[in-house]
Amino acid sequence: MDDPVLTLSRVQFALTIMFHYLFPPLSIGLGALMVLMEGLYLRTGDARYHAMTKFWTGIFAVNFAMGVATGVVMEFEFGTNWAAYARYVGDIFGSALAAEGIFAFFLESGFLAVLVFGWDRVSKRMHFFATLMVSFGSIFSAVWIIIANSWQQTPAGYHLVEHDGVVRAEIVDFWAVVFNPSSMNRLTHVVLGAFILGAFFVMSISAYYVLRRRHLDFARKSFTIALVFGAISSLAIGASGHFQAKTVAHTQPAKLAALEGHYKTGAADLSLFGVPDSEAGRLNYAVAVPGGLSFLVHEDFNASVPGLDQFPKEVWPNVPLVFQTYHVMVGLGAAFIGLTLLGLFFLWRGTLFQKRWLMLVFVVAVVGPYLANQAGWVSAEAGRQPFVVYPKVSWTEDNPPRPRMEMAKGDIFLKTADGLSNRKVVGSDQVIGSIVMFSVVYALLFAVWVYVLNSKIHHGPEEVDKPPPASTKPGDLVEAAARLANPAGFSLTETHRDRPDAQARED
Amino acid sequence: MGPSLGIQIFWFAILGALLTGYAVLDGFDLGVGILHLCVRKDAERRVLMNSIGPLWDGNEVWLVVFGGAIFAAFPRAYAAAFSGFYTPFMMVLVALIFRGVSMEFRGKQDWPLWRTFWDAAFCAASTLATFLFGAVVGNCIHGLPLGADGDFVKSPGFFDLFGWYPTTIGLFAVATFAMHGSIYLYLKTEGELQKRVHGWMWTTFGIFLILYIVSTIFTMTTNRPSIEKFRDYPWVWAVVALNVLAIANIPRAISLNKPFYAFISSSCTIAAFTFLFGMTLFPNMIVSTVDPSYDLTLAKSASSETTLWIMACVALLGMPFVLTYTATIYWVFRGKVQVGKFSY
Repeated sequence: MDDPVLTLSRVQFALTIMFHYLFPPLSIGLGALMVLMEGLYLRTGDARYHAMTKFWTGIFAVNFAMGVATGVVMEFEFGTNWAAYARYVGDIFGSALAAEGIFAFFLESGFLAVLVFGWDRVSKRMHFFATLMVSFGSIFSAVWIIIANSWQQTPAGYHLVEHDGVVRAEIVDFWAVVFNPSSMNRLTHVVLGAFILGAFFVMSISAYYVLRRRHLDFARKSFTIALVFGAISSLAIGASGHFQAKTVAHTQPAKLAALEGHYKTGAADLSLFGVPDSEAGRLNYAVAVPGGLSFLVHEDFNASVPGLDQFPKEVWPNVPLVFQTYHVMVGLGAAFIGLTLLGLFFLWRGTLFQKRWLMLVFVVAVVGPYLANQAGWVSAEAGRQPFVVYPKVSWTEDNPPRPRMEMAKGDIFLKTADGLSNRKVVGSDQVIGSIVMFSVVYALLFAVWVYVLNSKIHHGPEEVDKPPPASTKPGDLVEAAARLANPAGFSLTETHRDRPDAQARED
Repeated sequence: MGPSLGIQIFWFAILGALLTGYAVLDGFDLGVGILHLCVRKDAERRVLMNSIGPLWDGNEVWLVVFGGAIFAAFPRAYAAAFSGFYTPFMMVLVALIFRGVSMEFRGKQDWPLWRTFWDAAFCAASTLATFLFGAVVGNCIHGLPLGADGDFVKSPGFFDLFGWYPTTIGLFAVATFAMHGSIYLYLKTEGELQKRVHGWMWTTFGIFLILYIVSTIFTMTTNRPSIEKFRDYPWVWAVVALNVLAIANIPRAISLNKPFYAFISSSCTIAAFTFLFGMTLFPNMIVSTVDPSYDLTLAKSASSETTLWIMACVALLGMPFVLTYTATIYWVFRGKVQVGKFSY
């Protein structure tokens, strides 16, 4: 890439979208868990579920604000840096974005008010409804942006029209745009990835409390809910990934070949590790299951899968980047399944919370879903290159069928390089300026966010008074007496180190 | 071969409605931010932030939907304007980022330095965002260097973006939102603080009035082509007259101790300004200072008719829900600010 503005604009987009993507998945995952917890509160009346929901809401609010702040940037960025792309696909991509705003953003941002600030102002039912609406809004938001992004990968429901010498795509069939070949698979996958992040996030903090022997009741309950949620999501995402890959095999065969490091057409191995070498056209140091990819795509270990050799080099993506990020994601996905199933096993045995080594693993494991979500997206979007709107792929009548990217005049596709804003208007100095600005601002925000998160975790959830145990044993009587006379937070049975830090005075 | 004029005008009107919604709603959020450093005590600063705490996020969505709607309905205008205004829009983004996160972060620590930093950020960001919005509007009224290819012929330089006219409109926007915010604060505060806010209402109204007169004269003398367009639509002068009445009603309502009536009047004033801004552009989305034939008309910049109809369905389906639950949420948070356990 010799064009500095192109490289800079791509770097800026990568930077802004990857930073943004730290936050919405947690909103989606944590929001869903909050619905579960508050639902349990409504059903059981147990105040501890109420305290749980309140604690996670505090973290949710900060995360949500970061998501909003970094999200507005994305909407503007399509226009500021990618004006030609905006003109080409505005009918379609812009419509999905506008729908996202009208149906989802208003809903989640509006009801967020009641969720975060309305605990004392509305009934329990109304508050639960607000939590539900925020969660639904966050998922519905994902729906529209995934529809838009999927349309870039597998365009449908459009026709190309020329106005004043400029070609653009216009909607022909709205439902075909919405249900384009890849959107539903990708949506499922993204939302499950968010659920996994939410689950591991809750488990991480809960495991931390277990290790520090604080808020044990809260920690165990939160952990258990999140563990079940995470296990189901981890298993489901494996299946969802498989179906998604089958679609990619049919609609974006060059991307599949890059994901798997498959250079030569023929029976394809499923590589577990490797280092792709595009110069030589082979995968070095490969550890692979022979015929594995052929089996996954065609249910036949000997079936032929098109390699990158079917396509001219100028439409190859950056194979090493696509390959490695994809394998990071899949590897982590397998680890999530293993870890959550292990956790479920010990939960069933009743020994989960005594296994301190496993609790420590779960504390650290939250990094996994963050990494997996980002790696998956890098792989998907870098695999789309060099296109910003991917060409249709047709298959010949041969045996085995050969793919052909349709890139004639009148076919829909747009190369990323051709999507840039006019260079006279947006030059490299401006883009460098905005990259520096975002880097500085985002670095500051990231530091503050981690700091505030850490602070909230240390503060912990509010303790809910439990009724004293019905017992006459001496130790229990002391405990009972201590808890009854506990207005100022002293305890006759817990040492100072066990107590949560004194509440920061709010008034 | 292009969409029928009706659906395009419908979308121009929807954009106007969205922009009006944003200006009226986030107008008081930004106004509260502009006034934030006028109070010194921590407790009072908390009151100010919590007056908009539950509402600012939902209000900001109006801007996001406005942006999405321009993208969907008039993509060529979206592309030309957003790339042409690259640097100001980047600055707006930073301002909006800090406006939002400063409220979230401020209360999380007790240290004076931490709180002062986020207070200053909140005020500076709100002021900067408002000023930039006004400057962009000023530039649009004045006309932009739009070339034959539908893009600006060059990216506007600093003195183009912040020349006398756009800067005046920028300052006018700050005064307007400050006034609007102070009336909102008067409705939401009580006791000694509210008495002080009463004084702010008068001060901000005075500054607003002066800048209104200056801006109006400036607009009518240096941007004659935009005003001459009003000749084609003489009924627009009725809006101007109604606006003057609304503006006059603000001090009247304040002195009659009917602050809600004053708030309605300042909302109507903002709505009128947005409407008039739209009319200076109509039937264009962007007016070219290079050559009138390069104007980006509604017809030239609009999406296909199918898209506009689909989007109309989306809007007609979605917006009634939005208005209903937004009104409900405002009602839940009615009354004076109560700083409690869950506040900022």
